[in-house]
Amino acid sequence: MENGQNSTAESGRHEFLLFVSGMSVKSGHAIENLRKICDTYLPGNFEIQIIDISRDREQAVNYQIVGIPTLIKTAPNTPRIIMGDLSDTEKVLRILDL
Amino acid sequence: MQEANIMTNENDKFQFPKTPTGIEGLDEITEGGFPKGRPTLICGGAGCGKTLLSMQFLIKGITEYNEPGVFMSFEEPSNDLSLNVKSLGFDLEKLKADKKLVVDYVRVERSEIEEAGEYDLDGLFIRLAHAIDTVKATRVVLDTIESLFSGLDNQAILRAELRRLFHWLKEKGVTAVITGERGEATLTRQGLEEYVSDCVIVLDHRVIEQVSTRRLRIVKYRGSTHGTNEYPFLIDEDGISVLPITSLRLDNEVSSDIVSTGVPGLDSMFASGGFYRGSNILISGTAGTAKTTIAAYFAEEQCRKGERTVFFAFEESPQQLVRNMKSIGMDLDKYIQSGLLQIHSSRPSLNGLELHLLKLRKMIKDFKPTTVIIDPISNLISVGSEQEVRSMLVRLIDMLKFNNITALFTSLNKQNENSRPDLAEESVSSLVDTWVTVRDMEGVGERNRGLFIVKSRGMGHSNQVREFVITAKGIELLDIEMGPNGILTGTARKTNQLNKEVTEVTLQNELERKDREIARKRKLLEANIEALKNEFESVEEELSILKATEALQAKVSLNNKEIR
Repeated sequence: MENGQNSTAESGRHEFLLFVSGMSVKSGHAIENLRKICDTYLPGNFEIQIIDISRDREQAVNYQIVGIPTLIKTAPNTPRIIMGDLSDTEKVLRILDL
Repeated sequence: MQEANIMTNENDKFQFPKTPTGIEGLDEITEGGFPKGRPTLICGGAGCGKTLLSMQFLIKGITEYNEPGVFMSFEEPSNDLSLNVKSLGFDLEKLKADKKLVVDYVRVERSEIEEAGEYDLDGLFIRLAHAIDTVKATRVVLDTIESLFSGLDNQAILRAELRRLFHWLKEKGVTAVITGERGEATLTRQGLEEYVSDCVIVLDHRVIEQVSTRRLRIVKYRGSTHGTNEYPFLIDEDGISVLPITSLRLDNEVSSDIVSTGVPGLDSMFASGGFYRGSNILISGTAGTAKTTIAAYFAEEQCRKGERTVFFAFEESPQQLVRNMKSIGMDLDKYIQSGLLQIHSSRPSLNGLELHLLKLRKMIKDFKPTTVIIDPISNLISVGSEQEVRSMLVRLIDMLKFNNITALFTSLNKQNENSRPDLAEESVSSLVDTWVTVRDMEGVGERNRGLFIVKSRGMGHSNQVREFVITAKGIELLDIEMGPNGILTGTARKTNQLNKEVTEVTLQNELERKDREIARKRKLLEANIEALKNEFESVEEELSILKATEALQAKVSLNNKEIR
């Protein structure tokens, strides 16, 4: 969220932060689903950073994480926060405006 | 307290492990505190003190029991929280810096967060675990967890996750306090927390006849007995304190020390020369019968003996009281300066009855007075219903007796004579040990004050109605003035005294006159005696001359015979 509006906004490059917790099933699903969506709709124009809060617990506080998994789109445009394993592809696309 | 005693008496019995809250009074009604290592729910409407109670639980845990804590706030940002409790003397920032406390603000904004697919609250769990591990906390507060429900859509997940959270907290072994808003039909909006909590406390904020009182009640406490009543509690500059007043019993120690009444002459009306220490005294009377003055006399007397005294004035401000008493030559200011006397003035309607009681209790705890004066107690009575008043007075008197405090109450009676005793007297009179009534005695165009003792437990007392006057030098109890038709007061007393004086003077004059007459008579008598004596002496003299002449003649004739 801190680096929400940065220079990559013009290039339309999508940057994601995906918060997961260890090896939980939902986390696995979320990673899979996000990759699938990005590969399909944003080929080559995205960057995903996966943060495992069970190891990096400070980040959960810093980013106000409550639910797991949580996806934060930091760029472009306004940041969006999506909670869930992203299995509802249509909803995810609508939220991310893709 | 009663139950607590039973528990300790049978010490071999299992005692449920508890975590003391450090909140005054609450540990008594919960018999030791919240269940150790288990979640406790505190619920109630808006503004009834949930956050404060839970915060105090944490802070007291740190400061008094050295148990670090975690405060997870769902409603207020950390800074706001610090600021809010700062006014109550709690310095969160310092505790945070000392690594004793972690405050984590969990922000869940519905407008910012979208939901797509399955999720759980692992984020929350991890944050909580992180916070607990950071300070090795054993106390955790979640305030107010149900805000999650308004922030997130998927209620089914939330309910399941909350359940998991409660179990998780138990597994962690932390003593948790969860706050919740009161729902319509259930204790909490979701109706979930009360079932998974081991202890449920309901806070309430009620307004009865424009006077608000906060109350607290323990709805459930698994595995332990607890006080079941509603207990009033107070939020003041020291935070929350609860008053478990009904647990007091009638087994206080009694003293046979005597304390002086301070009113010259009144002591002599009691066989033991005053009141018993630790007893309750009621001074009742109609308006303007010098009840407050008598109370002030008592206060002054106690202060002079170096006893700490608290004077609750519900009608006058401290300054006014001091000034008024100065007019009869009493200097209360001196004792206020030296810290022996405290005068507290407030309108009785400012607080509910219970709060007055709580304040009194706090004062007794802080100031440790040996004498308490409430002037007048009848004003307190105007605040509540009859039943409330009665129970409160019982508690009040019990509390004072328990602390062996000599208490003097004044009570204002209604003017009409027929409906005596009125509520104030009726409720108090059976509870007090000594009851003195001051009253107006009206007649022949004037009003006089009379004082008599209605009862005095455990000591003989005078049955007379004593008139008293208040002068610039203070109260003076006058001696009994008996007239042909009973005791005389005021002008009648004066007239009688004058009459008596006149009679006395006349009598004196008469006596003196008689004395003088006798003296005169004696003089006369003495003069007579002298005259007679003189007469007798002259006769005696004559006789002796005669005798001498005769003897001479006889001698001469004898001589003549010899010559012949």
